[in-house]
Amino acid sequence: MVELTLPKNSRMVSGKTWPKPEGATNVRTVKIYRYDAVEGSAPRLDTYFVDLDTCGPMVLDVLIKIKNEIDPTLTFRRSCREGICGSCAMNIDGINTLACIYGIDEIEGDIKIYPLPHMPVVKDLIPDLTHFYAQHASIMPWLETATNTPEKEWRQSIEDRKKLDGLYECVMCASCSTACPSYWWNGDRYLGPAALLHAYRWIIDSRDEATGKRLDDLEDPFKLYRCHTIMNCTKTCPKGLNPAEAIAQVKKMMVERRV
Amino acid sequence: MNFLTDRKRAQGMGSGRDGTKHHWQMMASSVALVVMVPLFIFTFGLGMGGTQEEVISYFSRPFPAIVTGLGLIVGIRHFMFEVQEAVEDYIHGLAGKLVLMAVTAIAYTLIAIGLFALARIAL
Repeated sequence: MVELTLPKNSRMVSGKTWPKPEGATNVRTVKIYRYDAVEGSAPRLDTYFVDLDTCGPMVLDVLIKIKNEIDPTLTFRRSCREGICGSCAMNIDGINTLACIYGIDEIEGDIKIYPLPHMPVVKDLIPDLTHFYAQHASIMPWLETATNTPEKEWRQSIEDRKKLDGLYECVMCASCSTACPSYWWNGDRYLGPAALLHAYRWIIDSRDEATGKRLDDLEDPFKLYRCHTIMNCTKTCPKGLNPAEAIAQVKKMMVERRV
Repeated sequence: MNFLTDRKRAQGMGSGRDGTKHHWQMMASSVALVVMVPLFIFTFGLGMGGTQEEVISYFSRPFPAIVTGLGLIVGIRHFMFEVQEAVEDYIHGLAGKLVLMAVTAIAYTLIAIGLFALARIAL
């Protein structure tokens, strides 16, 4: 059942305020969620002051500067620094996005950084994405064929290849799924926008021969139909993709094969 | 302690092979209600304000009686299916199943009462 209040060990308490950098003139306040599942104590909101004159332009630059120069215990995922790996997805200024491509100048006032919402937190800004990845694996994100493998390659027309644009670019950062209220309340059974976008990417792939099985596997009141077209997924996607449209297309195909 | 693999947990009991019928029903009744709700309000409103004889005579005519009956059936069934979605979203387990039964019972009771009243007036 939906929980309207947080468990006791999930309620935020005030955290540590770190000293301001000496001699800095362009200082920005950064508030960051801190939690350690091993310690088990309540999460807190630490306050840092960052000199923007000696910092890169992105939120990830701020986080790296804090970790390198102020607080080495701050924990977050990051890798590519250019929006390709999806590692640094977090909730910045109330929006699920990638820290590496979100500019500091896009934020007014204090910079507030939390982990992706409604996921178990491992430490600080690192959510446990185990179930999210397992759901992705469950939609069989690979080419399924029954025909013998051709000698050279599976051929695809330019038009059919174009159908995959806007779908294959997904980096599985989980920003969309963790922005979806349906995924918050029913994430154990609802596949969520990311997995469904990937499912559609393989359903409409002209080379794939498991279309019927893929649709069969999705036809479920929870796996697919928990999507109520709230559109948070599309609004928050840091890559500018449209998972809501992909889900609508899957629903349309479901109706087409029945009615 | 539960030793289910992540994949097993994600797949659960597999697909229920259901949902499209419900989705299509909601689409169809939504479109129908776009026409029927204004028609129902207009037709029902015209019947109001008269004496008892005038109201009985108005709802004895086929068009107002049929529009009112259809409005009752389609509107309440649509409402019932929407509430079902909300219940499935927010209430899980046994409580959810009991609420779903109650919602279905209330909805069909409302339809039955409405149709009985309409039949009493119209026939």
